[in-house]
Amino acid sequence: MIRLDKITKLYAGGREALREVSLDISPGELIFLTGHSGAGKSTILKLLALVERPTRGQLLVDGRNVGRLAPAEIPAYRRQVGMVFQDHKLLEDRSAFDNVALPLVIAGLPRREIDKRVRAALDQVGLLDKERQPPRNLSAGEQQRVGIARAVVGRPRLLIADEPTGNLDADLSLEIMQLFRRFNEVGVTMVIATHDLALAGRINGRHVVLHQGAVRSDEATVTVPAPAAGRGVR
Amino acid sequence: MRVWFERHVRNALGALGQLSRAPVATGLTVAVIGIALALPAGLLAAVQGVQRLAGQWEDIRDFSIYLKPGTALEVARKLARELEGSHQVADARVIPAEEALAEFTADPAFGDVLRSLGRNPLPHTVVVRPAPEAAAEDLGKLKTELASRPDIDLVQLDTQWVARLAAMLDLVRRAVWIGTALLVGAVIVIVGNTIRLDIQNRRQEIEVSKLLGATDAFVRRPFLYVGFWYGLLGALVALLLIGAGVLVLRAPLERLMLLYGVQFEGLGITATTAVLVLAGGLTAGAAGAWLAVGRHLAEVQPRV
Repeated sequence: MIRLDKITKLYAGGREALREVSLDISPGELIFLTGHSGAGKSTILKLLALVERPTRGQLLVDGRNVGRLAPAEIPAYRRQVGMVFQDHKLLEDRSAFDNVALPLVIAGLPRREIDKRVRAALDQVGLLDKERQPPRNLSAGEQQRVGIARAVVGRPRLLIADEPTGNLDADLSLEIMQLFRRFNEVGVTMVIATHDLALAGRINGRHVVLHQGAVRSDEATVTVPAPAAGRGVR
Repeated sequence: MRVWFERHVRNALGALGQLSRAPVATGLTVAVIGIALALPAGLLAAVQGVQRLAGQWEDIRDFSIYLKPGTALEVARKLARELEGSHQVADARVIPAEEALAEFTADPAFGDVLRSLGRNPLPHTVVVRPAPEAAAEDLGKLKTELASRPDIDLVQLDTQWVARLAAMLDLVRRAVWIGTALLVGAVIVIVGNTIRLDIQNRRQEIEVSKLLGATDAFVRRPFLYVGFWYGLLGALVALLLIGAGVLVLRAPLERLMLLYGVQFEGLGITATTAVLVLAGGLTAGAAGAWLAVGRHLAEVQPRV
């Protein structure tokens, strides 16, 4: 479905964030991008969101080189990609409901359809009873769940998440990851960047480790038994 | 189509709601726009009113012949009969000095002065109304000939001041147009700057919307509606201000015009004025918004 073909990304100032990275993403996959800060995780997500463009190489989606899309074509592409951010990027002046509704309003869906799908998404993340609350009245974990509901409500083909658990403690992080796992099980393709190797190791999926802008390892893992309490994550 | 319409209605109402959440800031901006629009619109309406008035007078080609003081009334009567015999003249009316004096004395503005003189300073006068078909050139010749007669002191064209007034009004009108252009420019700048600040304040919303796949049109639309409302509300304030000005000025102006012997009903908000103010406000509001949005929205690009 998505293919990164020998992509090199140079930022202004000459920093090389990615060096000839190739990666194939198949439909329904759950991919964890791990590695140290500056390894290139975020850059890959930015390329997938078309916030950045490859300096060299091709980003192919269904065989189309989206790295060369005209600016006017980018919005339609982004509507097929759900995004979850470390700081969740919810709008403070709107309720949870309105935040989740935003992608559908942007897509121009009729009001009734929006209502139905937003409630379904909020239900899936367990926040249906908080739909009227503004983000500041929600806990950090709840805010991130609203962010996830917003990312999935448009039924995207691909969901990308950049350090989605970066601001959460271990228990909440695991809860969020399991939520992602559930959405993945119903068929959403996902790419999740995290530096939390221990957490990622507890979820079944494909683990791509980046090091200094290149892929160091790429293997599927099977969940090891949950570590004993008190061990590990953070 | 329905979704499209719904979206516009929602955007328009949303923009209005956003303005109503900051009533003081909105009120101040709208007031400034209103004043900036009311000034030129009010002046233009006034100039147009006076111009209409002057237009009524311009057709009148009457002139007055003042005889030398001490000339017998019979001379004036004879002159009038002679002029009425001419095919260039429709009517010649004698106003005897006594009659003129009586008329002036009745006017409170002149009465005391005239009474204090103790004698009648006014000459006999013949008021001539030229025939409609008389050529201006022939009338000019007639006047020159009359002015050279020994009994005649002065031949005065009553409409000369009207022509001067019209020329002056033309000048004033152009000055007002320049002022209008400047003030409409000011409205564009006010709206543009207000929306620029608005864009800065809603930076996060714009970034997030763009990340979620919003098109430029989607992001632009609420701001254009804000500009639309600013223009509309400002224009309504301007019309209120002009209306208040009319109320204050109407009575004294009508009194003044009555002294000139004319019924003046030109003052008021005409449909043309209302349409011009509304169109000006909306255009300036939309233009200001469009400029601000065009300049500043592109600067807001999502960062992840």
